Amino acid sequence: MSDLAWLHGALAAARPQAMAALLRYFRDLNIAEEAFQEASLRALRNWPEKGPPRDPAAWLILVGRNAALDSVRRKAREAPLPQEVLISDLEDAEADLAERLDGADYRDDVLRLLFICCHPDLPATQQIALALRIVCGLSVGEIARAFLVGESAMEQRITRAKVRVARAGAPFETPGAAERAERLAAVMAMIYLLFNEGYSASGGEAPLRSALCDEAIRLGRLLLRLFPAEPEVMGLTALMLLQHARAQARFDAEGAIVLMEDQDRTRWNGPMIAEGLALIDKAVRHRQPGAHQIQAAIAALHARSPRAADTDWPQIAELYRALEHHMPSPVVTLNRAVAVSKTEGADAALALIEPLGERLSAYFHFHGVRGAMLLDLGRSAEAREAFDRAIALARTPAEAAHIRQHIDRIQAEAAQASTK
Amino acid sequence: MLYTILCYHSEAIVGGWSKAQDDAVMEKLDVVHQKLAAQGRLGPVARLLPTSAATTLRKDSDPPLVLDGPFAETKEQLLGFYIVDCDDLDQALEVARELGQANPGGAYELRPIGVYHSSTLPIDANP
Repeated sequence: MSDLAWLHGALAAARPQAMAALLRYFRDLNIAEEAFQEASLRALRNWPEKGPPRDPAAWLILVGRNAALDSVRRKAREAPLPQEVLISDLEDAEADLAERLDGADYRDDVLRLLFICCHPDLPATQQIALALRIVCGLSVGEIARAFLVGESAMEQRITRAKVRVARAGAPFETPGAAERAERLAAVMAMIYLLFNEGYSASGGEAPLRSALCDEAIRLGRLLLRLFPAEPEVMGLTALMLLQHARAQARFDAEGAIVLMEDQDRTRWNGPMIAEGLALIDKAVRHRQPGAHQIQAAIAALHARSPRAADTDWPQIAELYRALEHHMPSPVVTLNRAVAVSKTEGADAALALIEPLGERLSAYFHFHGVRGAMLLDLGRSAEAREAFDRAIALARTPAEAAHIRQHIDRIQAEAAQASTK
Repeated sequence: MLYTILCYHSEAIVGGWSKAQDDAVMEKLDVVHQKLAAQGRLGPVARLLPTSAATTLRKDSDPPLVLDGPFAETKEQLLGFYIVDCDDLDQALEVARELGQANPGGAYELRPIGVYHSSTLPIDANP
């Protein structure tokens, strides 16, 4: 790897911590961002020559803080520019600052940085875009491409989000235990939203948008380093790893959806699965089940099955029942119905599905699953109707194409029957 | 003499590599691995999962305490290790330098091995 690649890697890795500390100093997102950018520029000039500092984050915080203070002074025309040599000579100060960065301060700083992106006034897409810009350090162009919008539209969206956040006022006091738990929950929800933005992509968009999954996993690991003993954080990170591990197998060469039971499991990502399973093992020891852990446990059962036929459906149905208890939602019940169809048959599944019709009438998967169950029971006409409604609700061409296959099959069978 | 080469690097940096970057580093390292293997000097090699997957058993209390995370919170983390047969420290350093050229950044700790039990795992054991 080239020096420059190493340097950019080091800057990206130090970013959340450095940005978080700079935000605490300046209490202003824009000043913190400018300070970090200035520090990064100086790092690009200094590090290749002098070698990287022992603690890149501490270096960036100190240089960024000084640079921002200089800039404030310069604007006030009070002080002359300091020489760069003076700023770069940070050995003693760096050690001192590094010590102070190690404690709980640092944890609350980074959590705060993530949390201000999750302001409830911000729509989900703005929360995610802000986190990608501020915490992950993606450029506006990169974020725009991942969201499939123009760069200026994304620039506007992020600027608006920043204004809202600034107006709302970030919470700078040290959080109490209950507040910390609330912030953590909001941040976890945002990270999973980010993951799903990438995960729900399909076809030609999938490679572009799967970068969002990588960023979400990176944030999950960051959160885990801050809260190493939180089982739900383990569950969330495991869930994302286990789902993303299937990325290469989820679509065929033409971009069409490949159902899990038909996926080539040798294309699943082994190390990602290993990491996800390790995290689930750790989480279970805490005996504090939560929605993320249960979903991860379900994904783990799939990951542990060498073939689709080996899937432990009774256990999966049981886990969905537990998930219904932790996170009651018709979508969860729909998923349980799919598991039940494998253990008790389509009849039992349909009995679970029918009562959901009112609440899920606008949900693509509801009609898709219902159609599949009806088809299984030989009720082709009703199945056809359900599939037609599903197609009308498909969000991506791949989803529509998948349902189209079912309809084609019904039509082919009907044609065959009529010729007999 | 058997030496362990313990590989330390910032997990946040290594974890941030794209797949292409990671593959490129592994490919370069593999050249060094092949050379050592051809000389019959390469023992077991392991790349560890992130420290977030680690669990620590503190055995200085009774019963031992199980803690989430790695034993030590450090700026750079233990990410893997090699076992290499070397005549002396100079030769071990030579190996470490070569590995370091293939994979710059971080540090290698060279530790001679006191007791070594050879592996009883099947040759193709999966992680």
